[in-house]
Amino acid sequence: MNANVWVLTFADAFSIATTLILATIGAILTERSGVINLGVEGILLMGAVTAFLVGDATGNVWLALLLPVAVGAVMALIHATLSITLRANQIVAGLALVIFGNGLSQFIGKPVEGKTRPVVIKALDLGPLTDLPIVGPIIFGHDPITYLTWVGAVVCSLCLNRTRPGLVLRATGDAPATVDAQGVSVARVRFVHTIIGGARMGLAGGWFMLARGTAWSQAATTNGIGWIALALVVFAAWRPLRAIAGAVLFGFTLQVPFTLQGQQINILPPEIVQMLPYLATLFVLVILSTPRARKLLGAPKMLGQPFVRDER
Amino acid sequence: MSSASSEAALGSHRLGGATLFALSARHVTKRFPGVLANDHVDFDLLPGEVHTLLGENGAGKSTLASVLCGLYKPDEGAVLRNGTQIRLTSPRHGLQNGIAMVHQHFRLVDRFSVAENVVLGHRSLPFRLRTSDLENQVAEVAERFGLPLDPKASVGELSAGQRQRVEIVKALYQGAEILLLDEPTALLAPPEVEKLFETVRAMTKAGKSVVFVSHKLGEVVDISDRVTVMRDGRVTGSVARGEADTRKLAELMVGRDIDLSPRRSRAAAQDTLLHLDNVGLRRDGVDHISQVSFSVRAGEIVGVAGVSGNGQRELAEIVAGLQAPTSGEISINGARVNGIGTRNVRKAGLAYVPEDRLGTGLAPSLSIVDNLVLTRERGFLVDRKAALDEAEAFIKQLEIKTPHAHTATRKLSGGNSQKVLLAREIFGAGDNARVLVVCSPTRGLDVGAVEAVHKLLDEARAAGKAILLISEDLDEVLTLADKVMVLYRGSVVHEALGSEVDVEAVGLAMAGLS
Repeated sequence: MNANVWVLTFADAFSIATTLILATIGAILTERSGVINLGVEGILLMGAVTAFLVGDATGNVWLALLLPVAVGAVMALIHATLSITLRANQIVAGLALVIFGNGLSQFIGKPVEGKTRPVVIKALDLGPLTDLPIVGPIIFGHDPITYLTWVGAVVCSLCLNRTRPGLVLRATGDAPATVDAQGVSVARVRFVHTIIGGARMGLAGGWFMLARGTAWSQAATTNGIGWIALALVVFAAWRPLRAIAGAVLFGFTLQVPFTLQGQQINILPPEIVQMLPYLATLFVLVILSTPRARKLLGAPKMLGQPFVRDER
Repeated sequence: MSSASSEAALGSHRLGGATLFALSARHVTKRFPGVLANDHVDFDLLPGEVHTLLGENGAGKSTLASVLCGLYKPDEGAVLRNGTQIRLTSPRHGLQNGIAMVHQHFRLVDRFSVAENVVLGHRSLPFRLRTSDLENQVAEVAERFGLPLDPKASVGELSAGQRQRVEIVKALYQGAEILLLDEPTALLAPPEVEKLFETVRAMTKAGKSVVFVSHKLGEVVDISDRVTVMRDGRVTGSVARGEADTRKLAELMVGRDIDLSPRRSRAAAQDTLLHLDNVGLRRDGVDHISQVSFSVRAGEIVGVAGVSGNGQRELAEIVAGLQAPTSGEISINGARVNGIGTRNVRKAGLAYVPEDRLGTGLAPSLSIVDNLVLTRERGFLVDRKAALDEAEAFIKQLEIKTPHAHTATRKLSGGNSQKVLLAREIFGAGDNARVLVVCSPTRGLDVGAVEAVHKLLDEARAAGKAILLISEDLDEVLTLADKVMVLYRGSVVHEALGSEVDVEAVGLAMAGLS
């Protein structure tokens, strides 16, 4: 096994991490407003298939990235309507969204199943930086979306903690009645952030397809990354900066078994690795169901609870 | 504004025409489905005045306050600010007109700091927030009105009194000139009430007006320049300071003479029925109850006073068998009942009236009849006819106001559902249940219902029950109990016989100052 393999592993781990950051921060924004959206995996799949189809039809990489954003936003809008306006059970609505995204992506992706990806996002050429040994391919060998994502995560953290809208967002997840009494619409804050969150998840799916996927394969494209993102939200304790650290860790953990497999070293059977996202999700849901753990981790207090103004 | 200028304002009003009232309601009418909450109500507030809206629960005072602050829109009538009509569309709109309301249940974000809570929702804040600037501003406002507050402190760790201060500072920070305080003393211990009064005086000195919404007769007399009394959605009287005593106000409030004089046991207490010996409850390394010992004898009421959250709930649940104590012994009728489970504790002779009467005490969607037979232990089949007869007898005897014995208990008023629960727990179990644990039995009830509940408890005592009364309402404990204990942080810090109680000492003990 040579050093080059490990450099590639790191580079791949970074791009998985990028997808995770996009999706996780989308989920953090959603959950900070008090809405839990378990439909991440469904939105990722829809984002991926949209990117593929648009790329296939137009050959335009930017259009192939823009439409998944819209698709993600629309899917989140469905979830927001169900859980905010109609006050449906958010867990059930989220799971329905996964199943919906799964089925629909399979259906509309059927004609192109197995086809190689039509367009590729080109990495930025940073000249001498990219040519640096080791550091070059790991840090300076990525496309613009990757850098935007990383910078975006930091900006998101600053907005959440240091600005007025951030303050209102944090308060909405914790004490919606307080926000309501201040004359701010709880439903509006929740709608906006659920949709922004969904848009980010859509972009995550689309980008993942175009940057990492080799061919469209409904069953193997996202591989449970959406579920990992949900677990990451809890791991990051609903903080964007911690989500970056977690995403790198998870990205690496997900990538290493593949590298080892490629090197004919099998520590864990691949089936076990494929189970990990779901195990992580189960673990997270168990944690989220105990009030003590929620409090300890700092979960938004009213997470998953519809807001009803108590009038008489 | 000084008192001289407020007199001037009153004078100019008397001269007619130009009203200089800071805030007025004219013929305000507000209807809710099936209820006429405000019926052509008039209300005037002078600048720099403390004005109390007094009334029973359901008298319409909170509704009026909600109309004044913009939460509700009146169906008829008008709200005037400095003599000009305003049409408030929301609490925020009210705030823009300098009117703010501090609700009984605080609307604060526990995880935020004091400063963050205060500035939340203030629309003219800059996009970017500098924590230290905000903290300085908040500290400055707090200091100006003599409200000691650390702007960095996390609100989740503050006491009820401190949280209330945060709410008041929040209103002042947003530029409130008129502050409506809804039942502001409900959650406070006596020393904290005194502090609140000092704050209120500081505010009126600065020309701000304060409206106290309260049903507590005693304290409003101390603080108010004027008291407006409401009953059944109407104003029944408005009196200035010194014009009326408590008795007169009580009459205006309920429309008849009310007997709230102390009730004590007439017979000498007999054998001990409930005994706690060094009972403690330790959970997650915290002592919720520590070393509590007392006994309750047949024919007596032992009252436990204290500010909410000092272990009352845990104590009740331990005695009722809902939680097992981690140390000590509990016995009913001489038999040890530690950790034998709720059902067996009930079998041993305990009846329990929980604080949450509708959620824990009754099954809200079941009828009165069903709720009354719910705790029966004997037989497999339910004798519907007998159950109905019994329910109807209770309805008659206790004057439970209900359309029918088959009405769901959630449709009853608080007082009436409490009567159903008391009927079941006092009489339902017959002579078997001789120990009665009652928690905050009159919380949220109006004066008439309070009187009825107290009468029932008094009768139960006369019938030889041993009653443990755990209540956050100090007046209630003082009215009923033959022995008073004060619970503070899970320990009994003060004990006295009901007839020898020193109210001040009890107040200090409640605040943990003894």
